[in-house]
Amino acid sequence: MTPAIDVVNVSKVYRRYAQKKQFATLKSAIVSGTLLGDLRPDETFQALRGVSLTVPKGCTFGVIGRNGSGKSTLLKCVAGITRPTEGHVTVDGRISALIELGAGFHPEISGRENIFINGIMLGLTKKEIQHRFGEIVEFAEMQDFIDAPVKTYSSGMYMRLGFAVAVHVDPEVLLVDEVLAVGDQGFTHKCLDKFAEFRRRNKSILLVTHSLDLVEKFCDTAHWLDHGVTKGEGDPKRVVAAYVIDVEDSEENELAKAEAARLAVAAKEVAEAREENIGANCSSPETPPETGGGPEAEQPEGPKDGFKSEEGRWGTREVEITHVTIAGPDGEAGHVFQSGDAIEVRMNVTAKEKITDFVFGFGLFNADNVCVYGTNTNLEEFQPTEIEGTGTVTFTIDHLDLVEGTYRLDLAAHKADGYPYDYHRLLYTFRVKSRIRDVGIYRPDHSWSFQGGIKISDQK
Amino acid sequence: MATFRNLTALFRYRGLIQTLVVRDLKARYRGSVLGFFWSFFNPLLLLLIYSFVFTQVLVGAHDEAMEPYALFMFCGILPWTWFSSSVLESANTLIAGGNLIKKVLFPAEVLPIVTVLANMTHFFFGLPVLVGFLIYYQRPVDPVELLWFPVIVLVQLIFTTGLALLLSALTVHFRDLKDLLGNVMQLWFFATPIIYPMLQAPPSLRQWLNFNPMTHLMISYQEVLFFPGPHGHWKWLTALAVGSVAMFLGGYFVFDRLRDSFAEEV
Repeated sequence: MTPAIDVVNVSKVYRRYAQKKQFATLKSAIVSGTLLGDLRPDETFQALRGVSLTVPKGCTFGVIGRNGSGKSTLLKCVAGITRPTEGHVTVDGRISALIELGAGFHPEISGRENIFINGIMLGLTKKEIQHRFGEIVEFAEMQDFIDAPVKTYSSGMYMRLGFAVAVHVDPEVLLVDEVLAVGDQGFTHKCLDKFAEFRRRNKSILLVTHSLDLVEKFCDTAHWLDHGVTKGEGDPKRVVAAYVIDVEDSEENELAKAEAARLAVAAKEVAEAREENIGANCSSPETPPETGGGPEAEQPEGPKDGFKSEEGRWGTREVEITHVTIAGPDGEAGHVFQSGDAIEVRMNVTAKEKITDFVFGFGLFNADNVCVYGTNTNLEEFQPTEIEGTGTVTFTIDHLDLVEGTYRLDLAAHKADGYPYDYHRLLYTFRVKSRIRDVGIYRPDHSWSFQGGIKISDQK
Repeated sequence: MATFRNLTALFRYRGLIQTLVVRDLKARYRGSVLGFFWSFFNPLLLLLIYSFVFTQVLVGAHDEAMEPYALFMFCGILPWTWFSSSVLESANTLIAGGNLIKKVLFPAEVLPIVTVLANMTHFFFGLPVLVGFLIYYQRPVDPVELLWFPVIVLVQLIFTTGLALLLSALTVHFRDLKDLLGNVMQLWFFATPIIYPMLQAPPSLRQWLNFNPMTHLMISYQEVLFFPGPHGHWKWLTALAVGSVAMFLGGYFVFDRLRDSFAEEV
C-alpha cells in the first residue's frame, strides 16, 4: 500500500535578502542590470536538513520539537505551499491543511458566503458544500451568526468556523498545525472526536503540536525535529520522553548561564560598593538597617518595599558566601529537578577573621515572589561558636515536595540581629518539573484510596 | 513545458475564479447605501466631470467631429477605467492575498486574474450608461460593427491579464512598483487618445502613439461606438491581438518563474 505521506530527504533553505536589497528599487535594478540578479539571495537559512518520514494510511503522526525547529516548514512542504529545496514529498489523496484557520475569509461578507468560498478554495464543489453546510454550521456552533459579516466575529468564532470548514472538506490527509486551542473545552473535545473519526475511517493525520499529552495519547508515531534535523522517531511515549529530557537539559544550561551572568553583575556591584564604603571608613553596611533580619523577617507578608523584592547581593563580606551549588539526587549540580527529588544546597563560605556571631539563612520563593519557606540556623537553635577560614554549609531537602514551576533562593550569612555579612537575594534559580499538572505550591506527600461503590482506575 | 501545464491547470480553477470574482464584487459595495448602483454612478459621475470641464470650461478645445464630446470621451474612459484599475489593483493583489498564498494551498495566479475580471464586470455594469447616452444623443450604432465589440473586449482582456500577471509577480519583489504605477498610469492615460482623438494629435507624436497598445484598443472602441462608417482599425487590432497573446504568455511565464518565491516573500 502506498503511504499517505512520503517525505524523502527533504531540505528547505529559506533565502534571506540583505537589508539594501529589501529596499531595492526597480529603477536601481534596471540601471545596474541586475533585475534577476537581485532575486538571488545572499544569505540563507536552512530550516530543514534531510528530513524523511513516512505516514502510512490511517496513521496519526505527531511532529514535536522546539520553536524554530522546522515543524511548520515541514508541514508547509507537505501541504505543497512551499517547495522543498531538495528531496521530494508525495501525498496520496486530497489534503486539507489546518495551518491557519479561516485564512481565506473575507471580513466584509457573511459567514455563509465565506463557507462556500473557503470550501471552494479547499477544493470542494458548490454541491458538496451545500450538502455539508448544515453540518459545518452546527460543528462550528454558529447557527445564530452565520449571516453576519465575518468581521463582526470574535476570534474564537472565526477560528471555529475555519476549523469546521477545513475538517468537513473530507480530506484523505489532514495536516494540523497547533490549532486545537481554538475553543472552549467542549469544542476541543469535539475536534478530538473528529480526529478520532478520521482515524476510524483510515485517513491520515499529520499533527504539529507543542502539546505532548496530545501526542502521547493520540498519535501512533511521533517524530522529533530539532533545528531542522530529525532527532528521533517512533513510539510517542519514548520520543516524548527523550524530547522532555532534552528540553530540561537546555533549560538547565540557560539557567546556569543566566545565573553566572547575574552573579558576575552582583559581584561587580558589591566590589564597587565596597570601594565606596572603604572611602566612608567602613562605618556601615550598605544595607539599610530597616531591611535587616534574616529571611524569617520577610516571610509571610512578602516584600515590604521595592528593594526587597529585587534580586541582588549586599553585606560586609566579613563572612562571604563564595560559591553556591544546588545538587540533585545524583549529587551533580543542576537547575532542573523532578518534584519529590532529594536536593542539597551547598554554600562555600569564607571568613577572613574569626567571627563568633553568625547565622546562616535559607529562603525559598516561587515565581510570584511568595515565600514558600524560610529558616535559619538561629531559628532552628544552632548556637554559633566561631567561624574562621573556609567551610561548607549544606542544606538538605529530602523530598522537594513542590509543584511544577520556577523557584528562587535567598541565601545569607548574617549576625543574629540581622546585620548582613553576605546576603544573596533571589540569586539562585531552579526549576521543578512534574508529570502531574497539580496546582498550588506545596505538594504534600499523599495518596488516594477508594472504598465502596466507587470504580476508578489509576491511569499512570 | 511546466509553464504550460500550469496554464492548463488554470482552467480547473474556473469555479474558484468565478466565486472569488463574485466575492470581490459583493465585498466591494457591502455596507454602502447604493451598493451595486455605484457601478453605474461611478462612470456617470466621471462622465459629468469630464463633460463639464471640456464643454463648459475649455470651450472649443475639440473639433466638430467630436460632438457630442461627452459621448466620445465616454467611449474611451469606460474601458480605460477597467484597464487602469486592473493594473493598479493587481500590483497589490498578491501582497493583499498573502494569507492565502502562505497558509493555504492556493494557485496564486488566480488573484490577479480575479482582479482583472472583477474590474471587467464593473466595465460591463457601466455599459448600460453608455447605451443610455447613445440613445439620448440618437447615435445609431451599426449592428454589424457591433460584432467587433466583443473582439475588442477580448483583446483588452488578454492584454490586461498578461500585464496584471507580470506586475503582480514583480511587485512582490519590488514593492515600489505599486507607487510608481500610479504615476505611470496617469501618464499612460494622456498618452492614449481618450480625451482627444488620434487625428488631433500632432503628426510628429502620432507615430509614437502607435506604439501604445491602448491606443489601438481605444480607437477601436471609438470607431465602433462613436464614429460613423466601417471599423477601419481592424488591422491594428489584429496585430494587437497577437501582441496581447504574447503579452499574456510572457506575463504568465514570469509569474510562473517567480511563483515559488511568493510564499516566502509576500
